[in-house]
Amino acid sequence: MNAILEMRGITKTFPGVKALDNVNITVKTGEIHALVGENGAGKSTLMKVLSGVYPHGSYSGQIVYEGQERRFKGIADSEELGIIIIHQELALVPLLSIAENIFLGNEQAKFGVIDWSAVFARTKELLRMVGLNEAPDTLVTNIGVGKQQLVEIAKALSKRVKLLILDEPTASLNEKDSDALLNLLLQFKAQGISSILISHKLNEISKVADSITVLRDGSTVETLDCRAETISEDRIIRGMVGRTMADRYPKREAKIGETIFQVENWSAYHPLHANVQVVKNVDLHIRRGEIVGIAGLMGAGRTEFAMSLFGRSYGQNVSGRVRLHGREIDVGTVEKAVGNGIAYATEDRKTYGLVLEEDIRKNITLANLEGVAKNFVIDDIRELAVANDYRARMRIRSSNVFQEAVNLSGGNQQKVVLSKWLFSDPEILILDEPTRGIDVGAKYEIYTIINGLADAGKGVLMISSEMPELLGMCDRIYVMNEGAIVAELDAAEASQEKIMHAIVKSGRR
Amino acid sequence: MDTRTAEELHVPQQTSWLDFVKAHFRDYGMLLSLLVIMLFFQVVTDGTLLRPLNLTNLVLQNSYIVIMALGMLLVIVAGHIDLSVGSIVGFVGGLAAMMMVKWGVDPVTTTVACLAVGGLIGAAQGYWVAYFKVPSFIVTLAGMLVFKGLTLALLGGMSVGPFPVVFQRLSSGFLPDVFGGQGFNYTALFLGTASVVALIYFSVRSRANQVKHKVETAPLGLFVFKNALLAVLVIAFCYLMATYRGLPNVLVIMAVLIALYAFVTNRTTIGRRIYALGGNEKAAKLSGIKTERLTFLTFVNMGVLAGLAGLIFAARLNTATPKAGLGFELDVIAAVFIGGASATGGVGKVTGAVIGAFVMGVMNNGMSILGIGIDYQQVIKGLVLLAAVSLDVYNRKK
Ligand SMILES: Nc1ncnc2c1ncn2[C@@H]1O[C@H](COP(=O)(O)OP(=O)(O)OP(=O)(O)O)[C@@H](O)[C@H]1O
Ligand SMILES: [Mg+2]
Repeated sequence: MNAILEMRGITKTFPGVKALDNVNITVKTGEIHALVGENGAGKSTLMKVLSGVYPHGSYSGQIVYEGQERRFKGIADSEELGIIIIHQELALVPLLSIAENIFLGNEQAKFGVIDWSAVFARTKELLRMVGLNEAPDTLVTNIGVGKQQLVEIAKALSKRVKLLILDEPTASLNEKDSDALLNLLLQFKAQGISSILISHKLNEISKVADSITVLRDGSTVETLDCRAETISEDRIIRGMVGRTMADRYPKREAKIGETIFQVENWSAYHPLHANVQVVKNVDLHIRRGEIVGIAGLMGAGRTEFAMSLFGRSYGQNVSGRVRLHGREIDVGTVEKAVGNGIAYATEDRKTYGLVLEEDIRKNITLANLEGVAKNFVIDDIRELAVANDYRARMRIRSSNVFQEAVNLSGGNQQKVVLSKWLFSDPEILILDEPTRGIDVGAKYEIYTIINGLADAGKGVLMISSEMPELLGMCDRIYVMNEGAIVAELDAAEASQEKIMHAIVKSGRR
Repeated sequence: MDTRTAEELHVPQQTSWLDFVKAHFRDYGMLLSLLVIMLFFQVVTDGTLLRPLNLTNLVLQNSYIVIMALGMLLVIVAGHIDLSVGSIVGFVGGLAAMMMVKWGVDPVTTTVACLAVGGLIGAAQGYWVAYFKVPSFIVTLAGMLVFKGLTLALLGGMSVGPFPVVFQRLSSGFLPDVFGGQGFNYTALFLGTASVVALIYFSVRSRANQVKHKVETAPLGLFVFKNALLAVLVIAFCYLMATYRGLPNVLVIMAVLIALYAFVTNRTTIGRRIYALGGNEKAAKLSGIKTERLTFLTFVNMGVLAGLAGLIFAARLNTATPKAGLGFELDVIAAVFIGGASATGGVGKVTGAVIGAFVMGVMNNGMSILGIGIDYQQVIKGLVLLAAVSLDVYNRKK
C-alpha cells in the first residue's frame, strides 16, 4: 500500500510557543490513521498546517500528498485535492438551514440561481448517509451540538473527499451516535477514502484505527501499527503521557452526609414554543460530599435542565423550588444563583464559557471578581497569583496566564472554564460534560479536583454522555430521558446496561 | 507528564527593546503616530502648531471631543454605538442658554441640571438598548433626530447668549497663579511637575510589583526611556502653557476625567465587566454579570459626558446655536476607532481613545492653520481614519 500523505519535518511556531517541532506522519491510502496526544500536544495545529489554514511559508517542512509536494495557500487549495477537514470547533452558520450550510460555498446552482429541489434532495441523501433524522430546512441553531457535528460530516461528504480529517468528531456525541460515526468511517475506508482521526476517546481508536501516531509536546513520539498487533488502550496512554497509568479514576472514600441541595418539581418550556415542555417536573437532591451524575442520551434535556436552574438561562415559564441546606433559595438570575453558591460549567465553552479575546487570567476571575478585588478595585497581584495557581493546578498548557483564550487548544480552554467556576468557590457545582475533549492524563486530574470538592463537603452534579465516566465517578446516578428523570441508581447497582434499560423502557411508554 | 514546573514556564523573559516594541506595537504605535503627525504640522506650519497660544487653543478646541470619547469608548467596548452625542451637545447647550439667559437660573444650578438632563437622555436611550434589545445604532439614530429637532424648537431657531461670566470661565478661564508670577504661570509648571512625579511614582511601583511577581516586564532601558520621554513631554507642555496664561480650567477637568476613566477601565470590577460584556455577552451573563444594567449604565454615563461637553462647548462659543454639536458624533467615534477599539466590542483603551481624539484635533488645527478648506479637511480625516484602522487590523492579524 502506498502513502496518500507524508508530512516531513513540520515545525510551526507561534509567538512564544513552538507548537510543532519536526513532526513526521505518514498516512497510507485507504487507512484510518489516528492522531493522539495530550491537550496542547499540537494535533489540531498539525491538521491546520495540512489543510492550509496555516499557509505554506508560515511553517517549515514538507507536505507530500498523492506523490507530489504541495504548497497550500489556503483551505480552498487543499479542498480542491480532496482533503477535507472538520474542525474541533464547529464552523456552521447558525441562522442558515442544514441544507444551506451543507452547500455553503458549493451551491447547487445554474447561472447563479440555486436549484432548491436539487439541494434538498441531495441533502436528504447525505443526511441519511450520516444517520441524521432532520428536515433539510431546519435551522442549524435549532439542533444540538451533536447533530451539528453530523451536519459537518454531511458537508464534507458533499465534496469530493479523498482524505477526511476529523478533529475530535465524537467529543459531543453519545455512544450510539459515536458508534454510527465510526461505522461511517469504516464504510468510507471500504470505499477507499483515507481518514485521519483525532480523539481523546481511546476505546474508539483501538476499535477503528489502522495505525496511530502519537504526539507529545509538539513532536512525534512513535507510530503504532494496529494491523500487525492489537494495541491496547494502556499502550496508547503510555505513548501519550510517557508512563503507565494504573487507574483511570482516582480512588475516593465517599463521606456522604445530610441532604444539602434539593430541586423540587422543576419544569421549563421551550424558549420559542411555549407549549413544549422541555424539562418535566424534575425532582432531585444532592447530599453533602456526594457526586451525583445525570446520565442520558444526547437531547435528553440535561443541559436544558441545568441551564434553566442556573438563573433561568434557558427556556420560559420556568417553575419549581430549590433548597440549599433546607432553606429555599432564589436562583432567578445567574447573579443570585452564583451568590447562593451555585456554579454551572457549560458544555459549550466557546459560546457560553469564555471571553475568547481575553487572557486566561481575566477569564478565570470573571465569575468571582470580588474574590480578587477590594472596594471594586481589582488587586492585580492577587488576581495574577490566583490565575497562576489554577494554571499550575489544572496544568493549563500556555506560555503564561496572559495568553488569550482563543489561542489555547480545545482541552485547555475547557480547563480555563473549569478553573473559573472552581474559583467562584461554589457549594454546588454543576458540571456539564466536564471532560469533553480532555486528554486521559488531564481527565484524571480533573477527577481528582472534583473528588477534592466533594471531600470538602460540597455537592457535585455531573452531566456526562460518557457512561464509564459517570460509573467511575458518581455515588448516585439519575437517568434522564425526554426531560424527565426516569430512574435513580446507586453506584453499587449502576451499570451501562441498567442505564440503557431505563432509557429504553421510559421511551416505550 | 509535563515535567516543567510552573515557575520555569513564566520566568520573566529577557527581551530586547526591539522585540518588546514589536510585540507591543499596538500600544506604542498610536502614540508614535500622534508624535509624527504633530512633528509634521509643526514643521509645515513653521512652528505655529506648538506656539503657546495655539497649544492652548488646541486643548480648548478638543476638550469636548476628548471628554465624549471617554464615554464613547465604554459604549463601543460594550459592543454598542451612540450616534446621538452631537445632538445632545446641541440640546444641552441650548437648555443651558435658555435657563441662564432667558429664565435667569444661576450657573451652578444650571450646570447640575444640565448634567442630569444629559444623564436622563442617556438613560432613555440605554433603556431601549439594554432592556428591549433594540440595536443601539437605531435607538441613537432616532435620538440624534429627536434632539436635533428639540434643540431647534427650544431655541426657536435663534442663537441665545451671552452667558454670565462665571459660566464662561468653564471654557475660557485659566487656573490662577498662586505664586503670583509675572508673565509666567508657576502654578502650571508646579502642577505639571507634580503630576509627572505622581506618574513616575505609580509606574515604578507597579513595575516593582511586576518584577517581584515575575510578570513579563518591558526592558529596563525602555521603561526608563518611556517614563523620561513622558516626563519631558508633560513638563515641556506645561512650561509652554506657563509662558502664556497657564493651564485652562477645561484642561484640568479633562485630565482628571482621563485619569478617572483609565483607572475605572483598568482596575475596577465594573470596568472589567464591561470588557467581558463586549467580548462575549452570553459568557458574561452566565458568569453572573448583570449585562442589561451594565449596558444601561454605559449609556447613562455617555449622556452625562455629552451633557458636560455641551456645557463646555456652549461656554466656549458664549452662545448657544441650533447648529452646535453638528457632526461631533463622527469625530468622537472616529477618535475611539483610531485609538484601536474594535467595532465588535470587547477591545479598546482609554489612552487609545484620548490619543485618537488628539490625532483628529491636531489634524483639524494644523490643516486650518495651513488654510486647507473644510472640504478637503474632511477628505483627509476620512482617509486617516481608514488608514489607522486598517493598520490596526493588519497588526492584529500578525
Ligand atoms: N494561534 C495561536 N497562537 C499561539 N499559540 C497557539 C495558537 N494556536 C495554538 N497554539 C498553541 O499551540 C499548542 C498546540 O495547540 P493545538 O490546538 O494544536 O493542541 P491539540 O493537540 O489540538 O490539543 P487539544 O487536544 O486540547 O485539542 C498549544 O500550546 C496552544 O496553546
Ligand atoms: Mg485540538
